[in-house]
Amino acid sequence: MASDWQPTATLETLRERARLLAEVRAFFAGRGVLEVETPVLGHGGSTDVHLASLCTEATTPAGRERLWLQTSPEFHMKRLLAAGSGPIFQLARSFRDGEVGRRHNVEFTMLEWYRPGFALDELIEETAELIRAVLGRDPGPLRRRRYRELFREALGRDPFTAPLAELQRLAGDAGGLEMSDASRDDCLDLLMSLTIEPTLGRGGLDVVVDYPASQAALARRHRDPEDGAWVASRFEVYLAGLELANGYDELTDAGEQRARFAEDNAARRRLGLPEVDVDERLLTALAHGMPAGSGVALGIDRLVQLALGRADVAEVMAFATPRC
Amino acid sequence: MANYSTNEFKGGLKVMLDGDPCTIVENEFVKPGKGQAFNRVKLRNLITGRVWERTFKSGESLEGADVLELEMEYLYTDGDMWHFMKTDGSFEQYAVEKKALGDTEKWLKEQVPYTVTLWNDNAIAVSPPNFIELEVVETDPGLKGDTAQGGSKPATLSSGAVVRVPLFINQGEVLKVDTRSGEYVSRA
Repeated sequence: MASDWQPTATLETLRERARLLAEVRAFFAGRGVLEVETPVLGHGGSTDVHLASLCTEATTPAGRERLWLQTSPEFHMKRLLAAGSGPIFQLARSFRDGEVGRRHNVEFTMLEWYRPGFALDELIEETAELIRAVLGRDPGPLRRRRYRELFREALGRDPFTAPLAELQRLAGDAGGLEMSDASRDDCLDLLMSLTIEPTLGRGGLDVVVDYPASQAALARRHRDPEDGAWVASRFEVYLAGLELANGYDELTDAGEQRARFAEDNAARRRLGLPEVDVDERLLTALAHGMPAGSGVALGIDRLVQLALGRADVAEVMAFATPRC
Repeated sequence: MANYSTNEFKGGLKVMLDGDPCTIVENEFVKPGKGQAFNRVKLRNLITGRVWERTFKSGESLEGADVLELEMEYLYTDGDMWHFMKTDGSFEQYAVEKKALGDTEKWLKEQVPYTVTLWNDNAIAVSPPNFIELEVVETDPGLKGDTAQGGSKPATLSSGAVVRVPLFINQGEVLKVDTRSGEYVSRA
């Protein structure tokens, strides 16, 4: 096709994008958060069962080595925190295999920042302020929505205590597919994506908190005051039905972190997925000591998409993956 | 046939679903912040014409459907079947059932090329060209002098279709009609 060489974004959009990125840098400069750059490649990768990593080989002083392309800059940035960097941010190229669509591109830009000493609530406030600054308009009030409450409102079921068979039926009906052998988390993910997500971030900025403990990833867990159930100390920010950001009260316990990596790789073996090399240097850094605090990752391409009112994420990237 | 995985689902791809051949209309990748990825897919059932919305786990696959869309000229009907002939010079003919013909029945005209959808070499659907020229066989007499705007009336065309036409159109005239909307376009 003759026009394949051309950018997927207009030049006008690229100028707007540059202006919005300058806005991001000004936001953090004004708050004394240091911009850093860390490698895209690492000896360890993300073990997350639901993320597919790209992997490559390079000749290094140690010989021929397998290296992973980051799915987010999290591990390197946490090593900087352990080394005493203080608050840091990064606009980092990240890679997730197979993620292609109007809201996804295999290679994308993650805005990630860490706030030692911040409680999760403080970081939620700061995330909302950044989103307002970049959007250049007020998206409406910030609303905290508990994961359990969202399910009760939309489906009349408690996601933690409803019988699994009932969730399988609801998920199967919502998606028109067979879910009778699906796990609780898979059912909840599907219902979240199909039934709840599209309603979020309408007329305001919705921040979902208190995720199931099984979806904690690299966040701490705490007890739900309601009934003592374990929940993840995590939040996600939604605007106009789009998930923009994912924040954690960061796990700092090296032993717990090692156990979660091992659980992930065990799950990968069960599912027939490739295992991912564990980042030993991150574990050593955590054992050395990382200051407690919160961190958040925000899909900057999506925020630019919303700020400029573009339907497809490819329209805010110079060259989306199909044209790279 | 080959199998196609969700990441290969593109508009126009023909696949089998619940025993029927379907064409993919739209494929949307859906993924919660941390969790299983899904593809939300719209498919048109090529036999019933109905559009289905189904969700698949990313990486699942469907069997490809042996579906071909060929240009064929309409020849005649024997009352039970409608006969079409390939336009590639092979003179190969296909008989089409009323069910497969569907709404296209009212747009049939001899020697006009139609798109015939074949599944395992059986005709399952026929679609007319977007525009077709047909003669008016019945309508109220035209109003003299009224060549501009205002008003319309029904006219029956040689294929059996009834369309709304301007008042100045007369029986025996040949009209250009849009088969997608069933609307009059102009005099031919």
